[in-house]
Amino acid sequence: MIAETIAASPLDAPMLIRLLVILVSAALTDNILLTRFLGMCPFLSISRQIKSAFGMGLAVIFVTTCTVFINWLLYAYVLLPLEPYGVPAESLKLILFIVVVAAFVQLMEMLIERISLKLYYALGIFLPLITVNCAILGASLFMTTNVTGKGFGGLDCLVYGFGAGAGWFIAIMLMAGVRSRIREESVPEALRGPGITLIVAGIMAMAFVIFQGMIKL
Amino acid sequence: MNGTPQDRVSAGRALLDQVWNENPIFRQVLGICSALAVTNLVFNTTLMCVGLIWTTTMSSLTVSLLREFTPKRIRIMVQILIAAVYVIVVDIVFRAFFFETHKDIAAYVGLIITNCIVLGRLEAFANKNRPIASALDGLGAGLGYAAVLMCVAVIREVLGFGTLLKGTTWMVDVLPTGGQTWWRPWTLMVMPPGAFFVLAMVVWAAKSWAMRRESSKVATAGGAS
Repeated sequence: MIAETIAASPLDAPMLIRLLVILVSAALTDNILLTRFLGMCPFLSISRQIKSAFGMGLAVIFVTTCTVFINWLLYAYVLLPLEPYGVPAESLKLILFIVVVAAFVQLMEMLIERISLKLYYALGIFLPLITVNCAILGASLFMTTNVTGKGFGGLDCLVYGFGAGAGWFIAIMLMAGVRSRIREESVPEALRGPGITLIVAGIMAMAFVIFQGMIKL
Repeated sequence: MNGTPQDRVSAGRALLDQVWNENPIFRQVLGICSALAVTNLVFNTTLMCVGLIWTTTMSSLTVSLLREFTPKRIRIMVQILIAAVYVIVVDIVFRAFFFETHKDIAAYVGLIITNCIVLGRLEAFANKNRPIASALDGLGAGLGYAAVLMCVAVIREVLGFGTLLKGTTWMVDVLPTGGQTWWRPWTLMVMPPGAFFVLAMVVWAAKSWAMRRESSKVATAGGAS
């Protein structure tokens, strides 16, 4: 019964299931990295070591969740209501979102330094890099299409942001694990580095894309 | 650029370096984030490349013109905002003239702002060089990037749909589409994994070619001495 409702119109399901569907679809079937190619640069450069991949992944989860929610507030309560008065919401959101992301990251860096030096050294180097991680801005931009196209509310966006970040985290952790094994294998000289990483990413993407038959928002 | 004073880099050299010698995608596989997703159709890719070339060129020029007046501490933010302005121009133009295509690629056009190539060139070159050289450097980075993406897009669309420029009036059937022919569309190519595989092959080919040229250069140099 529930399965049929989800299959027919996942967004009309009861609250809790609706949120679960959004979470699973954001993290797995619509994985921001493997199906939308966002955040590829840090994915290729930081996935060499499991430890740094873990730090970067955590930082991305945290920043995506928060910035998607903040950007939703701005989009739904400031930009969209002003649109009838001639404010170009769709163009302004680009500038607004990137400023929010940059400001949030800066603020977090200062706060974390004050609160926990240990956490600061764990996340420290990764935080500034996050401003230019396309996955963060991308999650906010896809959030706006979800709001206008699929009627996402605040809670939905919060879960969507967390799911998108978690999906990125899963992907980079898997890749870091695979790469630590690849290092000992005899990969053709010219394929080393980015080449083999892209092929592995392609195989991983196949596994993630297959789930799209299960849930499609 | 290696070791020479940044200010003496000639304009033409800057352009060539970016297109071939230091091609951002072949060398470091940077900046593919916002564009790999659109490479399943050649027309979408063309628009995306035009947008990126425009943004890298114009923002390099602007950043270079303003480099004396930008405080060091906030320069990254200033660079991002300058890039954002040009991206918004692209976004508006595409929405006005290519409405249907724009609907598919809108989010990715916006993401040109955080494209590593744009910010990389602004920070590494435009920040320190004269305007004309910077603009050409940006143009070169955009062109080099566009060349790689067009390769990927052509391979993906031909294998995946059997057409070129699908969705436009100039659509060409390259392989027999529809009906009972020897060829079946290779659906995987137009899905996300296809992009990874094709780009990996392109990078592989470019790298082995560069390595072979390098080793033959070493061999001839060794023979001469």
